[in-house]
Amino acid sequence: MSQPFVDFEDVWLAYNDELLTEGNFAVEDINLKVNKGAFVAIVGPSGCGKSTFMKLTTGLRMPSRGRILVDGAPVTGPLKISGMAFQASSLLPWRTTLNNVLLPLEIVEPYRSNFKAKRDEYVARAQALLETVGLKGYEDKYPWELSGGMQQRASICRALIHEPKMLLLDEPFGALDAFTREELWCTLRDLWEAQRFNVILVTHDLRESVFLADTVYVMSKGPGRFVVKKDIHLPRPRDLEITYTPEFTDIVHELRGHIGAIRQSAPSANA
Amino acid sequence: MKSKNIERWSPWILLVATILIWELLCKGFEVSEFVFPSPSRIWEQFIEYRTVIAGHAWRTYWVTMVGFGIAIVVGVMLGFLIGSSRLAYAAVYPLMTAFNALPKAAFVPILVVWFGIGVGPAVLTAFLISFFPIMVNIATGLATLEPELEDVLRVLGAKRWDVLVKVGLPRSMPYFFGSLKVAITLAFVGTTVSEMTASNEGIGYLLISAGSAMQMGLAFAGLVVVGAMAMVMYELFDYIERHTTGWAHRGSQNT
Repeated sequence: MSQPFVDFEDVWLAYNDELLTEGNFAVEDINLKVNKGAFVAIVGPSGCGKSTFMKLTTGLRMPSRGRILVDGAPVTGPLKISGMAFQASSLLPWRTTLNNVLLPLEIVEPYRSNFKAKRDEYVARAQALLETVGLKGYEDKYPWELSGGMQQRASICRALIHEPKMLLLDEPFGALDAFTREELWCTLRDLWEAQRFNVILVTHDLRESVFLADTVYVMSKGPGRFVVKKDIHLPRPRDLEITYTPEFTDIVHELRGHIGAIRQSAPSANA
Repeated sequence: MKSKNIERWSPWILLVATILIWELLCKGFEVSEFVFPSPSRIWEQFIEYRTVIAGHAWRTYWVTMVGFGIAIVVGVMLGFLIGSSRLAYAAVYPLMTAFNALPKAAFVPILVVWFGIGVGPAVLTAFLISFFPIMVNIATGLATLEPELEDVLRVLGAKRWDVLVKVGLPRSMPYFFGSLKVAITLAFVGTTVSEMTASNEGIGYLLISAGSAMQMGLAFAGLVVVGAMAMVMYELFDYIERHTTGWAHRGSQNT
């Protein structure tokens, strides 16, 4: 087997030295190997350290113990090969959709140095990306003129404009209605099928995780650790219809059972 | 449509109504013009002394603008400093609050000792009274950055400066213009108060000399002129604000 793209070896994180000496960790004993181009989802109850996990993967946080390798190299600082999107689209209201999507190119190298010179090329790239997520014709609209689903589409475009090798999504569809959410699942599926970047999707929607991911990890709360790893062997490309098949429902049901067990044991563990 | 028109003209209607009632009360109760002049008397004196008033008003106007200009520069710089650094915020903010609580009129005698009677104290009083809201608003605008957005940018290798320039400053623009509207009116207060004791020119000086000469109509005319100047400047900044930071006033923003 080739070298994994993301490799967590016994990773522990305490947020500060005080918590470290108390042995109070936000996440514990994380071992994870993700192959290049794989789509993994992490599910778990709120506050179980899913966001901490994202900060570790992107290099915004260094682990207290253990080692993280991404793309074969140890993580030593913010990883520019990653793009992030969150539940709140956090688009800048004074920029048009197009300019919001271009923002990362004004910051990250090597685009930053030649942004002015190659602006036309980047604009074309952003327009193409917006078109693939169905936002053609909305380039010059401001975020407040877009619906919640459109804002989230734009936010994902912003995360992908610098062609990252890894896309990190933290409950990106959490604030959307059920129908819009399913539409965006398909948008994300198509983007991923076309470009095959790595995706790490943090969510608490089990159907979402099973529909999109190759592997689903279930995280427990207090301490945050991976308790279940479930490979999803549903055939690709997957269609929304698949979510109504018995195989799909069985997997969701099984995962639901694990979450239920965690939720029951968590209060006693904290007490 | 009709109610919208009424709303638009309502300040003028209220103004005219107030003047009419004022006039009627003065005439009806035969109030002495040395105690409380009627609008017509104020208008009479305004016309009679218009060149004198214009001279003093111009003086007050440019002095205020100089003080206000300094206040913008200093306010923005201090706001930028304390909004972009937690340490600076912790160190500077309490002292600034204490300073802001001091009555600025109390500085006038001190400023006279340092700069003599004239332009100096008036400019500085206008500055001292008006920089605080500008500073606070710039700092607030810079400090209210969503943590998610900061993560998105930091992971791309954004430096603090990038985040400030790309996100912090544009975000603080509505706060900035909002503060200009407050600050310009305060600056007129500062100048006028200072001129009352430490100048031989300006509306403040006019008020004092007209009062001591029992020319109440003239004194009131001076007040009206200061009010009008402040209002015009306020409307100017309001206009600029609406045309540069319209995105902040479009109701529901992205959340």
